[in-house]
Amino acid sequence: MKTQNQKAWFFVLPVLLLVAFNALIPMMTVVNYSVQETFGNNLFFWQGLDWFQNLMRSERFHAALGRQFMFTGLILLIEIPLGVAIAMSMPRKGFWVSVCLVTMALPMLIPWNVVGAMWNIFTLPDIGLMGYFLNHVMGIPYDMTQNVFAAWVTIIVMDVWHWTSLVVLLSYAGLVSIPEAYYQAAKIDGASNFAVFRFIQLPKMKNVLTIAVLLRFIDSFNIYTEPFVLTGGGPGNSTTLLSIDLVKIALGQFDLGPAAAMSLIYFAITLLVSWLFFTLMTKDDAR
Amino acid sequence: MAKITLSQLRHSYFAEPKGPQDYALKQIDLDWNDGGAYALLGPSGCGKSTLLNIISGLRVPSEGRILFDDKDVTHLPPDQRNIAQVFQFPVIYDTMTVYDNLAFPLRNRGMAERDVDVRVKQIAEMLEVSEMLTQGAAGLSPDNKQKISMGRGLVRDDVNVVMFDEPLTVIDPHLKWKLRSKLKELHQRIRATMIYVTHDQTEALTFADQVVVMQDGEIVQIGTPIELFERPTHTFVGHFIGSPGMNVLPCEVKAGAAFFNGQHVALEGEIVKGAGGKTEIGVRPEYVSLAKDGLRAHVRKVADVGRHNVVEAMVGEQKVAVIVEHDVPNQGDEVFLDFKTEQTRLYADGWLATNAKGAA
Repeated sequence: MKTQNQKAWFFVLPVLLLVAFNALIPMMTVVNYSVQETFGNNLFFWQGLDWFQNLMRSERFHAALGRQFMFTGLILLIEIPLGVAIAMSMPRKGFWVSVCLVTMALPMLIPWNVVGAMWNIFTLPDIGLMGYFLNHVMGIPYDMTQNVFAAWVTIIVMDVWHWTSLVVLLSYAGLVSIPEAYYQAAKIDGASNFAVFRFIQLPKMKNVLTIAVLLRFIDSFNIYTEPFVLTGGGPGNSTTLLSIDLVKIALGQFDLGPAAAMSLIYFAITLLVSWLFFTLMTKDDAR
Repeated sequence: MAKITLSQLRHSYFAEPKGPQDYALKQIDLDWNDGGAYALLGPSGCGKSTLLNIISGLRVPSEGRILFDDKDVTHLPPDQRNIAQVFQFPVIYDTMTVYDNLAFPLRNRGMAERDVDVRVKQIAEMLEVSEMLTQGAAGLSPDNKQKISMGRGLVRDDVNVVMFDEPLTVIDPHLKWKLRSKLKELHQRIRATMIYVTHDQTEALTFADQVVVMQDGEIVQIGTPIELFERPTHTFVGHFIGSPGMNVLPCEVKAGAAFFNGQHVALEGEIVKGAGGKTEIGVRPEYVSLAKDGLRAHVRKVADVGRHNVVEAMVGEQKVAVIVEHDVPNQGDEVFLDFKTEQTRLYADGWLATNAKGAA
């Protein structure tokens, strides 16, 4: 007869507690806020799903969400192909490998608010290296505190500078794991360079690229510090991304209820899109 | 189809090789006849893969030339040599179906889709993979993957030579045999020149008509499997081929006769003039028998390997392997060894130094 005991639960318990305290319980307080209204003094009034309804109809939310998708979409479109291209042109062996890897890793080691501050100074029209160069040497009017287009270009270039390395390093790891025989076989089969990329390198990089896309999506969708330090959401509201808007509502206006409702919807969207990416990119593996 | 000539080929992985030790291939002069089945046999690191990659064009030799039907191809890239190569680990294009995998080399050369279809189906038939054509290639078992990568080599009808670089390494033992006989059958049907690189003597001896044995970047013997077994021209071949390998016994040569452990040993024929250096007697365990008298030895170990017994007998400090079918002695017994005269040879500095009876 099979003996059964329940000891296993004790081994799961620590993890369960950890997850409860660092994720579930804090999130439940947010759920709690999202259905109530408060005017301070720790007084709460039941509000039901009103905040959610208001938010779904709010043009301000729609605009911020739209900006957020535009930002994330643009940086994914740039960083993923660019990262793959850089990884493919990096040397596979020898002294330069470590030089390239370290150079690539450097931007990622810089703290986020420092990156924001760096780019802020870098782009100042009269004293920043890039700002001065564009305005006074190239003669291109550039001021990201005044011009919406300039502000967008700047936050995108900044994110590309900061995070393309992640895609590069992951793709590079995928590339170096391809055995030499694949390239030799392709050569013998008369495959073009494009065919080698399409049928050997890309399929072999697929797993790491899935991870790269997911990480970059989640990180950029939740981005706060860098654009906050760089543009503060401006000019106007033109670079007010979801998280910046959320902080404005929660800590600027102190509307805890709407902010909580927004957090939950924000979280749900992140989760949903991540799931979609993952499912779409791995659906072929199940075959 | 073509005859392949390697002429004064040398290769070094160093930019400026200083001495013979820097060469992965020392000096290779070799003809591979059109339509032959060859094996390149040697231990790991003997230069056989280097040689293969030079023939396929993946490497350019430091010195020497490669000719396909008297046309110099030394500096041609692989895709212009019309060769095919099957690698140790099956190389397949994961995202394609089996059909597309087989069609890939043809489509790359711009063949019309109708002709591609005919060729692919024909090859699939031969390899017995017809029912898998529409499947994705990624999900196949290793032996089928290896079949597909062979197929990609054979699908072109203009291949000069098909090369196999230890193709059965990752295949399960019971499928190895099947795949090997398939290969032999394919060779008979297609009649392409095939070169099979391996360190496994069974694979080499069953596949090839001619076996090229290599050691340390040099060819030590070329011959049919029987020649290699019966009359190895180098102690390395004798030792490498056979299970257990040939007995190589240090000996002294005095007045044209060989003495092992103080006793005279009869050889197959006369010792070549001028043979000197380190002299050894070579005799295969198959040609040593237990007799009433001869070399006195005592039995140290007896191993039953199924078909027969391998007796390890000690003559003084020297180990001699003997294959015995009946009347197996016990461990510790005293026995007498008899060497079959026409299969007992002298080797000087590793190379054969006796003439066969009747030969010049």
